[in-house]
Amino acid sequence: MPPPLFHIERDQLTKNLMNYVLNLAWNLMKLYDLLCLEGLVRGLQVFKERIKAPVYKRVMPNGEIQKLIITEETAKIRPYAVAAVLRNIKFTKDRYDSFIELQEKLHQNICRKRALVAIGTHDLDTLSGPFTYTAKKPSDIKFKPLNKTKEYTACELMNIYKTDNHLKHYLHIIENKPLYPVIYDSNGVVLSMPPVINGNHSKITVNTRNIFIECTGTDFTKAKIVLDIIVTTFSEYCENQFTVEAAEVVFPNGKLHTFPELAYRKEMVRADLINKKVGIRETPENLAKLLTRMCLKSEVIGDGNQIEIEIPPTRADIIHACDIIEDAAIAYGYNNIQMTLPKTYTIANQFPLNKLTELLRHDMAAAGFTEALTFALCSQEDIADKLGLHISATKAVLISNPKTAEFQVARTTLLPGLLKTIAANRKMPLPLKLFEISDIVIQDSSRDVGARNYRHLCAVYYNKNPGFEIIHGLLDRIMQLLDVPPGEKKGGYVIKASEGPAFFPGRCAEIFARGQSIGKLGVLHPDVITKFELTMPCSCVEINIEPFL
Amino acid sequence: MADGPVAEVLLQRLEAADGGLDSAELAAELGVEHQTVVGAVKSLQALGEIIEAELRSTKRWELTAEGEEIAREGSHEARVFRSVPPEGLPQSELMRLPSGKVGFSKAMSNKWIRVDKSAADGPRVFRVVDSVEDEVQRRLQLVQGGRAEKLGEKERSELRKRKLLTEVTLKTYWVSKGSAFSTSISKQETELSPEMISSGSWRDRPFKPYNFSAHGVLPDSGHLHPLLKVRTQFRQIFLEMGFTEMPTDNYIESSFWNFDALFQPQQHPARDQHDTFFLRDPAQAQQLPMDYVHRVKRTHSQGGYGSQGYKYNWKLDEARKNLLRTHTTSASARALYRLAQKKPFTAAKYFSIDRVFRNETLDATHLAEFHQIEGVVADHGLTLGHLMGVLREFFTKLGITQLRFKPTYNPYTEPSMEVFSYHQGLKKWVEVGNSGIFRPEMLLPMGLPENVSVIAWGLSLERPTMIKYGINNIRELVGHKVNLQMVYDSPLCRLDAERGPPSTQEAA
Repeated sequence: MPPPLFHIERDQLTKNLMNYVLNLAWNLMKLYDLLCLEGLVRGLQVFKERIKAPVYKRVMPNGEIQKLIITEETAKIRPYAVAAVLRNIKFTKDRYDSFIELQEKLHQNICRKRALVAIGTHDLDTLSGPFTYTAKKPSDIKFKPLNKTKEYTACELMNIYKTDNHLKHYLHIIENKPLYPVIYDSNGVVLSMPPVINGNHSKITVNTRNIFIECTGTDFTKAKIVLDIIVTTFSEYCENQFTVEAAEVVFPNGKLHTFPELAYRKEMVRADLINKKVGIRETPENLAKLLTRMCLKSEVIGDGNQIEIEIPPTRADIIHACDIIEDAAIAYGYNNIQMTLPKTYTIANQFPLNKLTELLRHDMAAAGFTEALTFALCSQEDIADKLGLHISATKAVLISNPKTAEFQVARTTLLPGLLKTIAANRKMPLPLKLFEISDIVIQDSSRDVGARNYRHLCAVYYNKNPGFEIIHGLLDRIMQLLDVPPGEKKGGYVIKASEGPAFFPGRCAEIFARGQSIGKLGVLHPDVITKFELTMPCSCVEINIEPFL
Repeated sequence: MADGPVAEVLLQRLEAADGGLDSAELAAELGVEHQTVVGAVKSLQALGEIIEAELRSTKRWELTAEGEEIAREGSHEARVFRSVPPEGLPQSELMRLPSGKVGFSKAMSNKWIRVDKSAADGPRVFRVVDSVEDEVQRRLQLVQGGRAEKLGEKERSELRKRKLLTEVTLKTYWVSKGSAFSTSISKQETELSPEMISSGSWRDRPFKPYNFSAHGVLPDSGHLHPLLKVRTQFRQIFLEMGFTEMPTDNYIESSFWNFDALFQPQQHPARDQHDTFFLRDPAQAQQLPMDYVHRVKRTHSQGGYGSQGYKYNWKLDEARKNLLRTHTTSASARALYRLAQKKPFTAAKYFSIDRVFRNETLDATHLAEFHQIEGVVADHGLTLGHLMGVLREFFTKLGITQLRFKPTYNPYTEPSMEVFSYHQGLKKWVEVGNSGIFRPEMLLPMGLPENVSVIAWGLSLERPTMIKYGINNIRELVGHKVNLQMVYDSPLCRLDAERGPPSTQEAA
């Protein structure tokens, strides 16, 4: 299961706070608004019932409302934008740093490295609205970017940032588009070229009092969530605490939206459902109190079993009653829940293929062979070139994005893994006798995904002599174990002279059992031995065990 | 009494000796080769505790053949001196003497003789002094007499340079009485034979004692791989708890079953090229259960089943993308979907242990493929308390009794809890698993009844194995770079018995 969405880093926290906070945070670390110190402290204070959860309000400005107009050129690149204003904010060095850090964390997490959403924050007093969000040819965009002293065109910037360790990761989002997104103010000043860089002109500082925030992106829902998180977290430092000044966004179709949404919604959950899902017996009043401590203002209504919960804009993670139930469980304390055993009565069954595999591997070891465990992924060379085959003859599935050659294909045979195991253990005393029973993968258009596994058994004998008789004897033993008698008659097994590029001429046989070919055995070709960096003769057997189920 | 008279003599001398005796000295006294005495010592040693012999190596100076000649007849220069009569000798005659050449130059540099080149019949040699002291001879005689220590380092090295002396290392035994010392020895039998049994001769024979501190000879055997031994134990635990094994023999999975069916949104970072191996061929899954796919699509993009949904544009093409499964939860999803099609609903307990694949950065504890262990229970009215209760039973069977639970975030479980246990060896709480209750947005589109809950937990097989066997580098355990000696030597896997040596580094 995946790692948590984000972590609280120790260096964010002052020492005094740390012990206290970490203990509580242990139980609370899951909320979006705990991404920064402000949100964390507030969350903990609400949890400890020292303060009430703040109520965030969107307010209209005294003067004219800020407007962001989206032109239709953005449609193919980055169609959505939202905006808001934080009015009369008071930064300190710490608050300012936290503000910048929160944006960076959001960019890495919910914004998916700026692919879905990119945030731009600007000193509103240096700009004059209305603003225009449009898209232009890179050569037509020219501005002084953040922390640079001269103007560059967008083309020049893309080159400069190729070597920038931070920004180079975001270039690909727009690099190959004919038009780049850009935001201007009414005087033609560039606010930002999302998702890469802001303009230097509107750069915010510790002394900035009025902040214009824009979020552009390809995911409208996420853009709105990100805007809500930023404004709710930092509205605390505005002159009118917890208020956010509205901004209007005009979409290309002429529709007008006002942001931030700061939507509060009500959910109803029955108290007995919470108790039933968690496995506790709390009164509805207690449950409402637990939820309120989690910043979910709740009260018991109706028949006394119904809890009405107000979901604040800071809790975008709550999309279902089960999310509310989890918050109740967290507030109750997971470690306080009584453990019980379900009464579910079932009879256990093994998966037949695994059952057979388990039985066989014990008897393979009893026959003196040692079990190897090799990778299911390997290079094309391992399954094709080194065995004298062309890759197309292997019917292997091909991986599209391997980071190295070791992960080009899924194996179609267990043999290369065993030979590589021997090569890595050449210092061990001879003979080396290895086996593996595991899955290989072959393309198969009759399956829903176009490929299927086969359970193979492979064994190798590596010594100063080829030891064909030993491998042959092992096959006889396996057949004995599977209760397959020797001979051509129905249900029996035989080996017949055959050939294969991996085998020494005249030293290869095909194995037929229960009327079908199940694999081959023989002495490996010296070329194969050499290609796997081995020096001694080697014989092997590889069969599909699925016909014996 | 096959050890010969030397052994007997040795024992007799040893009985009389005070403390012990030296093999070389004994050889000198008996006038036999040293090697003969060494042979006797060894054969006596083989009989057990009769004698104790300590190997000593001593360095000794010995004369070379030339050195012995000089000790006997005098140095070349002295011989030259002596052969010169008072009236002198022609130099050509002197040079024909055996010691002539070497002796002449030495005697000259000692200023014992002089050459008169003006003599009538060619150069003639005369004595300078009346008599000489032959120091070289004296010194060599000292060495011969075993008193080489009387010579200074410089003198010895000068003689060695003249190839008159050599230093030899002599290995001798200092022999003393053993705990079973006796002067009378009889040859002991080494092993019981069929003849002795039939003839009964074993009754009268002494047998050579065994050395029980020696190692035995390991049997020629095959060995099971330690990771798979641990896998066997986990299967056993699940089977003991009544869990049925799910089919997981499909490494290739569609994004639909791996992600979408689990309500994992299409922009989730796990679906990134950086984290997941996608397929080039076959790139797309051709068959998907379309009715179900539509319910999944609606739940993601619009919500439903009491959910707000993720509100984004869900794409079928994204769901068709084939990949190497990133977790066996995809197999659990298939199993639960099959369960949902069976009416009426019957409760189920499932497990699986199989390979999963991540396109991750590799390090000492992470490989691109590893084994995931997963347990699932589906029944009416399951609670978080039930999940914790099942986890407690499961981990108790692993020998882990101290558990703690911490909230976490998983895209497809809600509530979600990480499971920690106190590790005695590492002296800290370590994460041992991840768990949760599957989201209704995952279960209801499958067609499972609304009041059915599904609890699930997962952990990796590699991590407990590395801790159990004290392995720090995963490459020594999994893959072709495995250390076969480690495989040969690994003990049984008994998870509930005493824990293995704690690893110094925590495996992730």
